[in-house]
Amino acid sequence: LRVEWRRSRSEVEGWIWGRRSASSAAHQKVCVVGGGPAGFYTAQHLLKDVQVDIYERLPVPFGLVRFGVAPDHPEVKNVISTFTQTAHHARCCYYGNVNVGTDVSVEELREAYHAVVLSYGAEGNRSMGVPGEDLEGVYPAKDFVGWYNGLPSNRELNPGLDCETAVILGQGNVALDVARILLSPIDELKKTDITQRSLDALAQSQVRRVLIVGRRGPLQIAGTIKELREMVNLPDTKPEMVASEFEGMAEALKVIPRPRKRLTELMLKTAVDPPAEKERQRRQAASRSWGLRFLRSPLEVLAGPDGARVAGIRLAVNRLEGTGDGSVAVPTGEVETMDCGLVITSIGYKSLPIDPAVPFDPRKAIVPNSLGRVQQAAGLYCSGWLKTGPVGVIATTMNNSFDTAHSVVEDLTSGCLDATSAKPGSTGIGPLLDKRGVKPVSFSDWEKINQEERRRGAAQGKPREKLLDVEEMLKTVPLLGRGFLM
Amino acid sequence: MGLPPSSSPTGLRRAASQSSSDNKVTVHFVNRDGEKITAKGSPGDSLLDLVINEDLDFDGFGACEGTLACSTCHLVFSEEVYEKLGPVTDEEMDMLDLAYGLTDTSRLGCQVCLTRALEGMEARVPESVADIRQTQDITMGMTMK
Repeated sequence: LRVEWRRSRSEVEGWIWGRRSASSAAHQKVCVVGGGPAGFYTAQHLLKDVQVDIYERLPVPFGLVRFGVAPDHPEVKNVISTFTQTAHHARCCYYGNVNVGTDVSVEELREAYHAVVLSYGAEGNRSMGVPGEDLEGVYPAKDFVGWYNGLPSNRELNPGLDCETAVILGQGNVALDVARILLSPIDELKKTDITQRSLDALAQSQVRRVLIVGRRGPLQIAGTIKELREMVNLPDTKPEMVASEFEGMAEALKVIPRPRKRLTELMLKTAVDPPAEKERQRRQAASRSWGLRFLRSPLEVLAGPDGARVAGIRLAVNRLEGTGDGSVAVPTGEVETMDCGLVITSIGYKSLPIDPAVPFDPRKAIVPNSLGRVQQAAGLYCSGWLKTGPVGVIATTMNNSFDTAHSVVEDLTSGCLDATSAKPGSTGIGPLLDKRGVKPVSFSDWEKINQEERRRGAAQGKPREKLLDVEEMLKTVPLLGRGFLM
Repeated sequence: MGLPPSSSPTGLRRAASQSSSDNKVTVHFVNRDGEKITAKGSPGDSLLDLVINEDLDFDGFGACEGTLACSTCHLVFSEEVYEKLGPVTDEEMDMLDLAYGLTDTSRLGCQVCLTRALEGMEARVPESVADIRQTQDITMGMTMK
């Protein structure tokens, strides 16, 4: 049941007057780079005290909430109403279609604002680093997800779905989402905000079997129970597990915390227990299957006779050293091959450096920081996955962003940051962008794009039909580039 | 709140939209600073409804708006109160399992509905993160849902 969200009275008062006097609040200006959940949650907290400008590369806001959360998980996207209220705050301004790093530099932002918070997330992929990774038919999960979620840069992915078996490397929630989207009945998907193009492609898909492969064992899978349960209950599918991979699990169950225990019990039940009669019949009638495979690491992606497309994957067989979360996969020397026509690597997103002026740790792929304060860079902060690495759900990012905002406010208040001299904020950046031919998209411009997407979706019985093209998004906005509104 | 009987000749009859204070259930929330905040809700309201309706300022509470898609309305109860809260569905348990600081007497506020039997109950809002330096996920490695 949806709960009517009402603005908290004290929050509204807080927004109008700020925790400190209105004049000093308006005086201090902070900019946030990245309009996804980290950016919006950081802004939400900062707005209690200061003026906040959010810069986002795409015309449209919301980052992974729009482009990462699965189309059949609409409730997870309810956070958008909170972000919308943040954007409407009198002291908040959203500037979409501005690429920090190319349209404007971080140095220029640091000159214009009292503090800059980098919240631009993780737009790159961890690669397997094995031969054959570049063959046709191999896709990073982030790109596959971006494709079905309408991310403009993945619009032309055109994944080949004309094979029977797909192998997904990785067993986190992204891997489970991909498996579920590959095998979901089209009648279910067509009611969601999945893009029409990908819906059409999935309707023609010949994929009938998805194997989700992990380096370690059942006790180490990174996915969570809700997503696993969705696979177990997926209509017209049956589980295809190898019971022997679960030997010894029942013993281990006795000593583990409840969340891991319930997840493992569900796996065991699905993999090992003989099903009740109704379930047995359901499985027998199913036309599609999915399974988890453990203790396998990719060695090489194998091409078919044409030498260009994937036809299989060679895997190292592992054993586990140690137990629990800290256990490590060690190769045994044994090797195995799986036939497949589609390989999706779901082994992690990765942050990328966007500006040489920003310290970046290439090994951890994060901006080095302490409590969100970027090391050796006064006035520079980070929040979200850029700060911690690409793990955690929206709530994790929320807390992480609140903490960074707290650090910023602390520094502004303590005098650690020079907040006494006036800074131009967007009045300093606007002319630069104008000169460079950059046309920022305001939040109310986004609302017009939003309206258009919803209108198109309504015609198809979907919540929205996303615009897939930055140019098309910009064309939807009348009088684009009126210049900065102060 | 109802009119005091002396000020109205029809003191016993109240408009349908006015709830008599007799019909309200008192809940004492303990926030993350240890402060006690008392609020009243109607039977059938969820604890999330109560937090929203009474404008209680708990940071980040109820992010998914009561749709069992997050764990930010996590509340902790005494054993005695917990027993009175009724059964937990698998669906709630699945999301509760992701909550930071999960206890045996934890529930999601959006799934707990007020009844008269809960009059005077206490609900603690737990910390959402113990130490912000704990950046690795603790019980489950999780990526974007």
